[in-house]
Amino acid sequence: MIPYDFAYHRISTAEEAVKLHQSLREQGRRPYYYAGGTELITLGRLSEVYADAVIDIKGIAECQTLQLEHNQLFMGAALPLAKIQESRFFPLLGQTISEIADQTARNKITLGGNLCGHIYYREAVLPLLIADSEAVIEGKSGRRRAPLNSIFDGRPQLEEGELLVQLITQSDYLELPYYTVKKRRQWDIGYPLITVAALKKDGKIRLAISGVCPFPFRSERLEEILNNHRHSPETRIEQAVQLLPQPISGDVEGSPEYRIFVLKNTLLDALQALEGEAHAHS
Amino acid sequence: MHIAEITLDINGEARSVTVRNADTLLYVIRDKLGLTGAKPGCLNGDCGACTIDVDGNPMKACLMLAVEAEGATITTVEGLKYTSLQAQFVDKFAFQCGYCTPGFIMNAQALINKNPHATDMVITEWLESNICRCTGYKEIEEAVKTALAVARTALQEQLK
Repeated sequence: MIPYDFAYHRISTAEEAVKLHQSLREQGRRPYYYAGGTELITLGRLSEVYADAVIDIKGIAECQTLQLEHNQLFMGAALPLAKIQESRFFPLLGQTISEIADQTARNKITLGGNLCGHIYYREAVLPLLIADSEAVIEGKSGRRRAPLNSIFDGRPQLEEGELLVQLITQSDYLELPYYTVKKRRQWDIGYPLITVAALKKDGKIRLAISGVCPFPFRSERLEEILNNHRHSPETRIEQAVQLLPQPISGDVEGSPEYRIFVLKNTLLDALQALEGEAHAHS
Repeated sequence: MHIAEITLDINGEARSVTVRNADTLLYVIRDKLGLTGAKPGCLNGDCGACTIDVDGNPMKACLMLAVEAEGATITTVEGLKYTSLQAQFVDKFAFQCGYCTPGFIMNAQALINKNPHATDMVITEWLESNICRCTGYKEIEEAVKTALAVARTALQEQLK
C-alpha cells in the first residue's frame, strides 16, 4: 500500500498537463507525470518516490501514437513497451524491449517511463540513442524537438515540468543490421549485468550500453576505437574498455571486474556479428 | 485524504466503490469488492499472483491504481466460467498449493484469447511473468499448450 495520499488528474493534452504541473508547483505541490506508474506504485510503497499530485498522461492521444509516417516512426511516450514490441516497426528496439521486466509487466511499463524513471538501466534508450532518434518535449514555453543524443546524459535532461511526448526515429535506421543482448547474472528475468545494443550504419558500428555504469550511455570515442580496423577485435576491445565512463557498477549482480570481463566478451560477440554482416542476435 | 467514487466494469458488472487515489487495483478488488481470486504475493510486479485481465491484456493488479482502471473492462478469475484452460489445469494437475494458479490462468487465458497460434517461444515468454514456488512449471506448461490446441481446433471448426 502506498503510505501517502495524492490528488489524481486525468489529462487529455500535453499543454494541459504542463500547465497543471506548473500550477501545482507554484502552489508548492509535488506533481508527478504518470503513465504506466509502475515506479510510483512500487517505489512509492517503500517511500522512495513521493508525489502529492499525479498527472495521468495516458489519455493524451499523441503520447499513445505509434505510426510510421513520412519516413519517420513516431512513438508516444505513454505507449506500453509490449505494444512497441508487438508492432515490429523497429526490430532492434522491439528485441531490446523484450528483455525488460516480463511480458505482463510490459503491458504497463511505458516507453517514456523506462527512459525517465528512477531505475537506472533505461534499456529502451539504447536503440534510440544509436538510431539518432529525436525527442518531442512539451514545456511551459512551448514545444521543442531535440536530438536524444544532445539531451541524454544518463537520463533525459528535461527542465522542471517538461513532458516527454514522443520519440521519433528516421525510417532508414529501422532495418539496419543490429545486435542486441542482455546478460544477466542468472535466469531469464531480472535486471541486467550488461545490456548492449548495436547497429551498423555506413559500415560503422554504433553501440550503447546499460548495466556497466549506474547510467546507460553511448560513447562516440568508444565507437571510434571499435571501428579502427587496423587492430584486431581483441585489441580494440582492450582499448575501448579503458575509455568507459566511471564508476563501474559493483553490486549483487556482479563486481566491477566481472562486469568488465562480461563486457569484453559481449563486445567481441557484437563485433563478430556485425563485422560478419550478421543480422539480429540475442 | 484524497478519495474518489469510481465505478469499475468488472466481470460484467458495474461496481461502484469509494477508494483512496493511492489504492492499488489489487487492494480494491480484494478488500473492497470481495474478489479474492487475485492473490497478493510480492506486491512489486514480480510474481504474477495478482494477474487479472484489463481490456484483453494480462495486468498485474498490484501495479495499477484503482482510479486509473475506471473505464476499462476488467476480468478476474471469478469472471471465468470453467474455461477449457481451467479444465486443463485440473486434468494435468497443474497446481500444488494453488496460490499462483489464478495468476497463471488469467495470464494464459489472455494468451489464448489474443494468440491461439502462439509458438513455444511465445508461450515461454508469457509464462515467465508468473512464479510458482512449488515449481510445478511442467504441468502448467502442458495445461496451457493443451488449452491452446483446443482453442485452435475450435477456431478451425468455426471456419468450416
